[in-house]
Amino acid sequence: MKLFPRTLALLFLLIALASGGCKRAAAPGATTPIRIGEFSSLTGREAGLGQYTHMGVLLALEELNAAGGLLGRPVEVIAEDTQSKAGESVIATRKLVSRDHVIALIGEGASGRCLEGAPIAQDGHVPLVTPSATNPKVTEIGDYIFRVCFTDPFQGTVMAKFARDSLKAHRVALLVDVGASYSVGLAEFFKERFKADGGVIVAEQKFAGGDKDFRAQLTAIKAANPDAIFAPCYYGEAGLILFQARQLGITLPILGGDGYEAPELIEVAGAAAEGAYFPVHFSLESTDARSRDFVQKFTAHYQKPPTGVSALGYDAMMLLADAIRRAGTTDGPAIRDALAATHDFDGVTGRIAIDVARNARKSASIIQVRKGRFQFVETVAP
Amino acid sequence: MPPKSQLWLLATLVVAGIVSAFSGRIDPYFLDVTMGVGIAVTLAASLNLINGFTGQFSLGHAGFMAVGAYSSAVITTNFGPKLLPLVGGQVWILFPLSLVVGGLLAALAGLAVGAPSLRLKGDYLAIVTLGFGEIIKVIFQNVDAVGGARGLVGIPNYTNLFWTFGVAAVTVYVVWALLNSTYGRGFLAVADDEVAAEAMGLNPTRYKITAFVVGSFFAGVAGGLYAHLKGYLNPGGFDFNKSIEIVVMVILGGMGRHVGVILAAILLTAVQEPLRQLGDWRMILYSLLLIVLMITRPQGLFVWPLWKKKQA
Repeated sequence: MKLFPRTLALLFLLIALASGGCKRAAAPGATTPIRIGEFSSLTGREAGLGQYTHMGVLLALEELNAAGGLLGRPVEVIAEDTQSKAGESVIATRKLVSRDHVIALIGEGASGRCLEGAPIAQDGHVPLVTPSATNPKVTEIGDYIFRVCFTDPFQGTVMAKFARDSLKAHRVALLVDVGASYSVGLAEFFKERFKADGGVIVAEQKFAGGDKDFRAQLTAIKAANPDAIFAPCYYGEAGLILFQARQLGITLPILGGDGYEAPELIEVAGAAAEGAYFPVHFSLESTDARSRDFVQKFTAHYQKPPTGVSALGYDAMMLLADAIRRAGTTDGPAIRDALAATHDFDGVTGRIAIDVARNARKSASIIQVRKGRFQFVETVAP
Repeated sequence: MPPKSQLWLLATLVVAGIVSAFSGRIDPYFLDVTMGVGIAVTLAASLNLINGFTGQFSLGHAGFMAVGAYSSAVITTNFGPKLLPLVGGQVWILFPLSLVVGGLLAALAGLAVGAPSLRLKGDYLAIVTLGFGEIIKVIFQNVDAVGGARGLVGIPNYTNLFWTFGVAAVTVYVVWALLNSTYGRGFLAVADDEVAAEAMGLNPTRYKITAFVVGSFFAGVAGGLYAHLKGYLNPGGFDFNKSIEIVVMVILGGMGRHVGVILAAILLTAVQEPLRQLGDWRMILYSLLLIVLMITRPQGLFVWPLWKKKQA
């Protein structure tokens, strides 16, 4: 009984602490660095995605600073980890916006978590450029949210077109991660386009993110006798799906989304990864001078080749820098206007134009795994 | 029940209200973390009634939280524009109403899960509640009306300091008052020895269900606060790990201790923030912290007096 007043006293203490937390950063001077916030999945289930993006961002940052920074000021990136967990992006972005007073945000390549953080950027009038959140809803949040990657409708459409035209597939089975908005979105748009082009979806199997065993779904798919399987998901599950499909004797072409692109795919699936197709934002084998230059610099710096998201992270940072330079100020609305006016930014992932919906307009490269390497197949425009 | 405790409750509510009125001057990041702490206290205190005081082992608290979160979010987001004029456009009427509805639906879910499964004991109950939590998550993942796996976007940010700490204080008060009532002694009796309690004429199943329903109600309300704090709901946020997080708070605080559990909820939520800067080391340090605390203070974090070892 005595404990109760003490309990409430503690609540008081907490409230007192809360009100003591008002701190304001000093006004920016000429030499104070321009702060850009980054929130990525640096640990947890999609750490591969976050880490590779982060490396790309840091490489761009180094180059910017080596060239004298922006507007005569050095640039600084404050990175926050979202742990690949729901609920964390809100706190991470809130911290970056209100505590660190960043002037722009780069972040969260995973759509679900980007959707969480984006409203805070929008409310705070802080422009946000996402490297790889492909869900269309992300940029619909508001006029401060931009992306340098293509969208799910685009990917789904491209893969449907590729399956129909290049693979001559007529019957396709879907294997969807119902726990990931990314996977659901891709499958939706694939289905739409594939059916419109006269194809048939013969089976639609589901699983939940984090699953390790897909044999039941794959057996059902095998029984439906498709020409190809479309299994959009992240590389972790993709590796297991490929491995188990080959184990079950399924030799059909398996198609995926850009989430397949990570060295871990081949590490997990081994020889079973052979023949898988997926679209990428960036191909290591691209003959474009900028792309080759980027691959060289990245490899020299990190002693390993970049992935698509590294290139996107790099482009996100450089696009932002370009916009800040054109805006001539670190003012949120001015940077937003400059970003929206981008029409011929030469990125390492290709020439980017920002459309009215704040999405990047560009084409996709289709990749196939051959001899343990990601080999360029063809470029597809929607 | 001494009127003093009610006075404390009132005082807390008043202070929370006053501080909340000035929240515009508080750093929003700090505010966010503080409100997260308030919600964690509500969750931990309500689970403490089930796991701590009544001696049951529920692993489905995040499931009840999800029920409350989604129902209150649907009320304010989908029906808000229609309902607001009915209450004179007053958010302070609509919001608590949606929280209570969310809580009631969570309580209903608690009843539905609890009534058949609370006849089970220990590990069996843990597994049933674990299953329930996962079912809830999967249901929300597959219902397109609430966004499915993509999540529910555009939930208004109604949660403020007053509501989080008001709800936390009411939860702590209700749990405390319930346990200190004549009726409430039965919870402790059931926890101590179910057979003996039954021999004394108590109905253990009934007590367990009551604890479960009350606990679920507050978990649902906490869920509603969470939804209107984050502004975005994703079923992935209510997985097994979230339930475990709350269970850890209760165990670390000392099962069936009021203050300890509250402090553990505060500590475990707040400690995430300084650790955030450590990147990869964060989870290692967090886990180490849990291990060290469990070894050094198995009786619970804050058992008074701090220096005297007591049996858990």
